[in-house]
Amino acid sequence: MRLLIVEDDAEAAAYLTKAFREVGHVADHAPDGLEGYAMAEGGGYDVLVIDRMLPRLDGLSLIRSLREQKDETPALILSALAQVDDRVKGLRAGGDDYLPKPYAFSELLARVEVLARRRGAPAAEPTTYRVGEMLLDRLAHRVTREGQEIMLQPREFRLLEYLMKHAGQVVTRTMLLENVWDYHFDPQTNVIDVHVSRLRSKIDKGFEHPMIHTIRGAGYMVRDGTL
Amino acid sequence: MTAPFEASQRKRSKFLPTLFRTTAFKLTAAYLVIFALFAAFVLGYVAWNAQRLLNDQIRSTIDAEIQGLAEQARQGGIRRLVNIVERRSRAPGASLYLVTTPVGERVAGNVEAIPPGTLDKTGESEIEYARTSETIDTPSHAIVRVFVLPAGFRLLVGRDVEERDRLGAVIRRAIGWSFALIFVLGCFASWFVARRVLRRIDGMTETAHGIMEGDLKGRLAIAGTGDELDRLALNLNAMLDRIGELMTGMQQVTDNIAHDLKTPLTRLRNKAEEALRTAKSPDELRAALDGAIEEADNLIRVFNALLMIARLEAGRVSDNMVELDLSEIVSGVAELYEPLAEEAGLSLVGDVAPDLHIVGNRELIGQALANLVDNALKYGLPEQGGEAAVTVAARRAGEEIELSVADRGAGIPEADRGRVLDRFVRLDDSRSQPGFGLGLSMVAGVVRLHGGTLRLEDNAPGLRAVIALPAARPKPVETLPPPGSETSTAAPNPAGLPSL
Repeated sequence: MRLLIVEDDAEAAAYLTKAFREVGHVADHAPDGLEGYAMAEGGGYDVLVIDRMLPRLDGLSLIRSLREQKDETPALILSALAQVDDRVKGLRAGGDDYLPKPYAFSELLARVEVLARRRGAPAAEPTTYRVGEMLLDRLAHRVTREGQEIMLQPREFRLLEYLMKHAGQVVTRTMLLENVWDYHFDPQTNVIDVHVSRLRSKIDKGFEHPMIHTIRGAGYMVRDGTL
Repeated sequence: MTAPFEASQRKRSKFLPTLFRTTAFKLTAAYLVIFALFAAFVLGYVAWNAQRLLNDQIRSTIDAEIQGLAEQARQGGIRRLVNIVERRSRAPGASLYLVTTPVGERVAGNVEAIPPGTLDKTGESEIEYARTSETIDTPSHAIVRVFVLPAGFRLLVGRDVEERDRLGAVIRRAIGWSFALIFVLGCFASWFVARRVLRRIDGMTETAHGIMEGDLKGRLAIAGTGDELDRLALNLNAMLDRIGELMTGMQQVTDNIAHDLKTPLTRLRNKAEEALRTAKSPDELRAALDGAIEEADNLIRVFNALLMIARLEAGRVSDNMVELDLSEIVSGVAELYEPLAEEAGLSLVGDVAPDLHIVGNRELIGQALANLVDNALKYGLPEQGGEAAVTVAARRAGEEIELSVADRGAGIPEADRGRVLDRFVRLDDSRSQPGFGLGLSMVAGVVRLHGGTLRLEDNAPGLRAVIALPAARPKPVETLPPPGSETSTAAPNPAGLPSL
């Protein structure tokens, strides 16, 4: 995956490029908005990671300019402004995701990978997701594992749907709260963990391999345990 | 040692222009002008009336005399008239008489000189004249009347108007003096009033200066007269008290922040230091680093919460206020926390009426509700067993929509209910639970931003937190019920209550 990091703080940028390279991605760095725009326009990037406050051209204007040029490269906005309204402004400007500073790298990585995957995915979502011998039918609202039907509550179904849609990718707790519940506030406690463990007890109980894996310090991942 | 003298000189030279610029002076000057106009009007009216009265009196006297004399002339001829005129002319304080031949030669009377042509026109006129007996150059004034006798003789009868004129002069002098007096008294009064007011205002300015320079205990003097300045001073003092309260509050918040942020920072630092000193294996180092990151994350959460509260308290109205279905939000939040409640050994009961609409920010309302539910789950376990339920309810109450989260825990003592809304306040019983003491402050901020009220009530036992928010006005289209719906809308649909 090729990434462009537009960040004016040299230290933060060096940390990010190094961290992304360590996990096997190609990461370039632009120190200000104008250079970032020029590099992004050159194309070839899968995801843009853009700081909101940048010299010469601020992050939101950069994204807006790209979108006007019909450049739909997924963009994630990093910002010290973390209030609900700021987030809405960022998404309105054409950003695809918004992460307030300070952030955990695992959170940023998970979100960037989801954005990159989305780019390659077909426009229409498939009606079924399959992971190993587990099958989720979005139209019939049915989940089967090894041919055995698993009864799920509507919210559990949506949770599993999101996890399976991003099978093989790390999904953080915040991502689940945002995408499954559509909440962008701090739930104060480990609510998501409790929901996942409930789901897990329905899906993995009585089977040889677990489907839902906890990724330490990051979140969860659905992956076929047999592999 | 000339400095004090110069200073007083400067003060004096500055004082007069200041006086002229004061409101008291301007007001007094305006009153002065109005009063002077009034006085002039009254005196003028009196003078004019007096003049008229005197003129009328003179005229009637003249008329009576002419009638009498004409009667005498008719009965006894000119000779008798002349005799009577001669006799009357000599009487002291006599009227003016003049009898002439048709060609104007003087026959009898006490008038020496009259303006030429006076005798040609009959009727009344005001003329200058000179008496026969007088040698004074200055002519006198009189109102005269000329009467044509038979055979062309003319009779002139008049009265001197000196008395009338003297009265006029007296009145004019009175007006002059009044004006002078009004002006002098007015100036003096305005100076007095302005000085008095000026001194009080200067006192206020001085106090204000003192307060600005840091004497926050300073208050404006109250004269006790209950006048406008007193009321102003009272209000300003009340304002200063309020500012003082806010300053104290701010001071407390700063102290709190210093304490509550420094404590985790110190812990973080200690952990890192201890790991450096004592960790022997990479695993131990890793564990220490994990702990450090956790502490840092907690700090970030506190920061975010503080920033959010600050923004809410500053009353920055979100541009994200839209019409929301509260029923959906309440049910959603209850559903989110339901597994957590079960894990804590509590049952989360939802009692949500359908179609409750408000104008607000979904995230903020959700956050407030989540904080309340989170608190209820943390502190809502009954102390002596019994019903372990947390009830989340939403219903319409008149023009408001009430959201409530009620538990059966220890509750909050009445004395502490106001205090727990402050930042970083944690009751002693709650110290064992994780948290920062910001949850309820945030709820209070969200509720205030939405124009609602937050009440903490006794749920006997337990706590019931009630958020009352103004209901959204129904859209005009929705106020017209579709035909035939009257019966169906009367009773709320029990099936619409989601069970949680």
